[in-house]
Amino acid sequence: MASTALDFLPAPLRSLRLKTKQQELLLRVSALALIYVLAFAVRLFSVLRYESMIHEFDPYFNYRTTLFLSENGFSEFWNWFDSESWYPLGRVVGGTLFPGLMVTAALLHRLLRALSLAVHIREVCVLTAPFFAANTTLVAYAFGREIWDSGAGLVAAALIAIVPGYISRSVAGSYDNEGVAIFALLLTFYLFVRAVNTGSLAWALASAFGYFYMVSAWGGYVFIINLVPLYVLVLLVTGRYSQRLYVAYNCMYVLGMLLAMQIRFVGFQHVQSGEHMAAMGVFFLLQVFFFLDWVKYLLNDARLFKSFLRITLTCVITVGTLALVIGTASGYISPWTGRFYSLLDPTYAKDHIPIIASVSEHQPTAWSSFMFDFHILLFLFPAGLYFCFKRLSDATIFIVMYGLTSMYFAGVMVRLILVAAPAVCLISAIAASATIKNLTTLIRTKSKSPQVTSGKTTGSKAAAKGAVDQSLPFQHNAAIALLLGAFYLLSRYAIHCTWVTSEAYSSPSIVLAARGHNGGRVIFDDYREAYYWLRQNTPPDAKIMSWWDYGYQITAMGNRTVIVDNNTWNNTHIATVGRAMSSYEDEAYEIMQSLDVNYVLVVFGGVTGYSSDDINKFLWMVRIGGGVFPVIKEPDYLVNGEYRVDKGASPKMLNCLMYKLCYYRFGELTTEYGKPPGYDRVRGVEIGNKDIKLEYLEEAYTTSNWIVRIYKVKPPKNRS
Amino acid sequence: MPPSFQTLATATVLLLLFTASAVSCASLPPEDGIRIVSAEKRIDLTGPIVKVYLTLKVENVAAASDAYQVLLAFTPTEVQHLAIVKATRAEGKRKKKTYVPLAVEASDLATSAPNGANLYSVLLDAPLKPGETITLEVLYVLTHSLEPFPAEISQSESQLVYYRDSAVLLSPYHVLEQVTYIKMPSNRIESFTRVDPTSRAGTEVKYGTYSNQAPNSYLPILVHYENNRPFAVVEELVRKVEISHWGNVQITEHYKLRHGGARHKGVFSRLEYQSRPSISGASSFKNLLARLPPRVHSVYYRDEIGNISTSHLRIGSHKSELEIEPRYPLFGGWHCTFTIGYGLPLQDFLFESDDGRRFINLTFGCPLLDTVVDDLTIKVVLPEGSKNPQPIVPFATEKHLETSYSYLDVVGRTTVVLKKNNVVGEHNVPFQVHYEFNPIFMLAEPMMLISAVLLFFVACIAYLHMDLSIGKSS
Repeated sequence: MASTALDFLPAPLRSLRLKTKQQELLLRVSALALIYVLAFAVRLFSVLRYESMIHEFDPYFNYRTTLFLSENGFSEFWNWFDSESWYPLGRVVGGTLFPGLMVTAALLHRLLRALSLAVHIREVCVLTAPFFAANTTLVAYAFGREIWDSGAGLVAAALIAIVPGYISRSVAGSYDNEGVAIFALLLTFYLFVRAVNTGSLAWALASAFGYFYMVSAWGGYVFIINLVPLYVLVLLVTGRYSQRLYVAYNCMYVLGMLLAMQIRFVGFQHVQSGEHMAAMGVFFLLQVFFFLDWVKYLLNDARLFKSFLRITLTCVITVGTLALVIGTASGYISPWTGRFYSLLDPTYAKDHIPIIASVSEHQPTAWSSFMFDFHILLFLFPAGLYFCFKRLSDATIFIVMYGLTSMYFAGVMVRLILVAAPAVCLISAIAASATIKNLTTLIRTKSKSPQVTSGKTTGSKAAAKGAVDQSLPFQHNAAIALLLGAFYLLSRYAIHCTWVTSEAYSSPSIVLAARGHNGGRVIFDDYREAYYWLRQNTPPDAKIMSWWDYGYQITAMGNRTVIVDNNTWNNTHIATVGRAMSSYEDEAYEIMQSLDVNYVLVVFGGVTGYSSDDINKFLWMVRIGGGVFPVIKEPDYLVNGEYRVDKGASPKMLNCLMYKLCYYRFGELTTEYGKPPGYDRVRGVEIGNKDIKLEYLEEAYTTSNWIVRIYKVKPPKNRS
Repeated sequence: MPPSFQTLATATVLLLLFTASAVSCASLPPEDGIRIVSAEKRIDLTGPIVKVYLTLKVENVAAASDAYQVLLAFTPTEVQHLAIVKATRAEGKRKKKTYVPLAVEASDLATSAPNGANLYSVLLDAPLKPGETITLEVLYVLTHSLEPFPAEISQSESQLVYYRDSAVLLSPYHVLEQVTYIKMPSNRIESFTRVDPTSRAGTEVKYGTYSNQAPNSYLPILVHYENNRPFAVVEELVRKVEISHWGNVQITEHYKLRHGGARHKGVFSRLEYQSRPSISGASSFKNLLARLPPRVHSVYYRDEIGNISTSHLRIGSHKSELEIEPRYPLFGGWHCTFTIGYGLPLQDFLFESDDGRRFINLTFGCPLLDTVVDDLTIKVVLPEGSKNPQPIVPFATEKHLETSYSYLDVVGRTTVVLKKNNVVGEHNVPFQVHYEFNPIFMLAEPMMLISAVLLFFVACIAYLHMDLSIGKSS
């Protein structure tokens, strides 16, 4: 034993010796601290490889609003009318966003400033997501301890620290709502489960505040407000109703609702919209249940109670249905939104909302991306479910339900893998922890027994020895082999996660990197080149028309007014831009004049082979434009159902504004050796219209790799 | 070019002909005994900045009085654009020539000169005795004195500019003999005013020799020629120098750059720019060279929206060169802002003076070569706890003190702010800031951190040893 060696130490040192409990605490705290650091550090690949910058599209809006918030204060922010986007409509920013992320970053910034750390707000924004990811590991630990034991909690924390499904949305620089929302989501769930387990009003209150934070941060709070009532319902049905559940849910729902209504973007939707009705229904149901319970306790007569039950249930169901029907019919309760529908029915968006379907992250998930994002967790998940069912409790029921529902949603939309990631990690952690624990107990009992038998022979030890003797042959070796296998799998998981993080999820997408001929890294920084050109060399009130993808970036980096942006709140406006892009130049000119457009920006990858350019997105513009303006017909742009840009393309395609702007003077450029001039490297064809003349627009700027092209709209001609 | 072309342009020139004689002038300069025996004026128009080299042979012809200063005259427009005037006295002959720098200051006699001409006086180190002659070499630099004409050009055109000056030397003294040379960057000279005798040889135009010019003579000339050199104008430059006694000098420079030449008009075609780089956008520029001190480290180059990846750094033992490329090529009238930052080893710049005070020895001006800085601000941030800062700059600047805050500052850092307009490369001379600093202040920040960490651990220990629950848990 280890303690015997310590006996030889002098007395003062011996007093420093840790008790087993303290040793365990020390181990646990240091493991958690290491996990915390790991979760933060693994997300810094992008900063090391590129720079401390904001990634993607939406984060640029968040960054811009955070900047505004930290400069002008909360009250200005709350009442901010942004005239730089959605020209000429503008956008009420304070009322149309979830302010949680911005407020969090601004508060962190202020806190650091108060500690006299002179950091720029951009650094805070870039590191917000990794910071919250690190915090999530702590919550995962606590959650794992709540539903299983502290070992499972530690494993869950370790797994969630590096799970690619979560890293994809929380690397340094991806300053998006999801970054803090997953933390808030898991925290709310943990606090709620804790409240259900303890029946304590304090924990329920805490979970209501967790919910409030979640509502303030992300639209995904709808998942909480539907999952929690579903869970309560399941507990009711399975006969697990308890006072604890009653206290936890009522407190959480009522307070959570009142708090959530303080967020302007949510407001009265929380009591009026269809998505929130389930929670309200369950709330009333719980009251009825409680009432019935009480009556049952008072009556003490089974027959009488049965008839009372029948009457009450009929009344309640009638009243409930009536209220729902009247509410819906009178428009008091708004029906489910398209986004909600498209979650329940994966084919809905494709048919009805092209704007949602056009986003790649809203596509149904492929198997490969499940494998990519979860790796071995995909196999541990069912095993974990088995363990949960074996030791069923209120907490495990919750995690099972969370796991199953979120897995379904992850299958519907790629981006919702993120929501499933914590559940998958927790359930897998149960499997991993329980398995390893079982294996190690096997090994330890076997290895201990000879020592024990050689030492003392007490009755209890002999019994233990007897138990070992009853075990299967080669059990010890098999356990060691299995343990090694488990370690191998877990280390493969760690390697995979690191690799995925560094290769796939750490590129900022605003800066493109490619391998050059000599193996060196070539950087295409064309986006920023163009945005900075706009910022410096156009009049401050210039209006830029581009496809909505680039709207947030143009306003944040170019500091210019845009017609449409990534907040796709007005479909008609986007359709107007889509229509302009897909019309002939003279028709487009009229539309652009009516929108006061000064510059048009298109993204073109034909020179570099950058495939997510506007020509490849063009059919969506046609579809969205055609959805509102029937003048635009998709078949006009296709030849026999095929989308082409070469000589065989349809005449409408060859002469529409988007084609002209992308390929203007491209016909004179040789892009690849041995190919004719005007060879498009993305589509792999020689373009069909090389003699493009622009009448109403002129080339204002084209970036060094031709990725972004900006055209100036000429002023109208003088009347002659 | 045939001479008939050149006379037309003279008509457009503002006619400033000083024919007032020395006698008609009410108040004469004190050393009216001075006479310029011979003067040579070389105007260098090859770059965006006009450099004028004067060689004056001055004689004191007064009967008895010694001369202590020599006056130089400038027109009001010249004074507006005058960046610097430097004068030296040449000694010896031919190869053994040595130059003694002389002080130059704006003369308070300015009001006495005709037509608002301003006078600068060169203070002689030794009085010029009657009958003696000395040779003065004067250099003055004019910024924003080349006017693009046409004012707007398209991508394929090259840039033509006007330069206005006088054929004869404007001087409050009698000039016996004088020549003016104008040097231009290329053979393409559209026109130049003829004031006979005038001749042209290749890229150079010679005016003179003129003899016996009366004081304050002025013969306006106009030169119209091609100049495609980068007209890089830094509209605003803020240099922040942060001194850490732990061994680093951190310099951050915020630039606001503009192409000050003829404005770009119409289309920018990337295809033309890529395929015909020699003719397309001849007056535009796409890179700049900054000369940094040797042993520079941690250099960065970025702007408001992030890092700019196009830059090259060459570190040498005498100087480092940083070649920076803005995000886009700059055409006439285009703007661009960026930030350069770098660290330098402290021991190269910080010294201790005899009285125990410390001083930091830095270079004034802008590290970018061939640029004009319209508005330069240098902020020297001294370490926290520094006292009595005292800047010593060889020319007049606006100075004041402020307090700035950075990492872990409690009382703030004393900051010396120096401001100057119209700065050119000739201003890149050393300047010093003296201050008092007690090394004990260096320990303040580490001690703060140590005590914070200590407090944290003490709190942890206390928490683990205390039972904070209200009721006894079973």
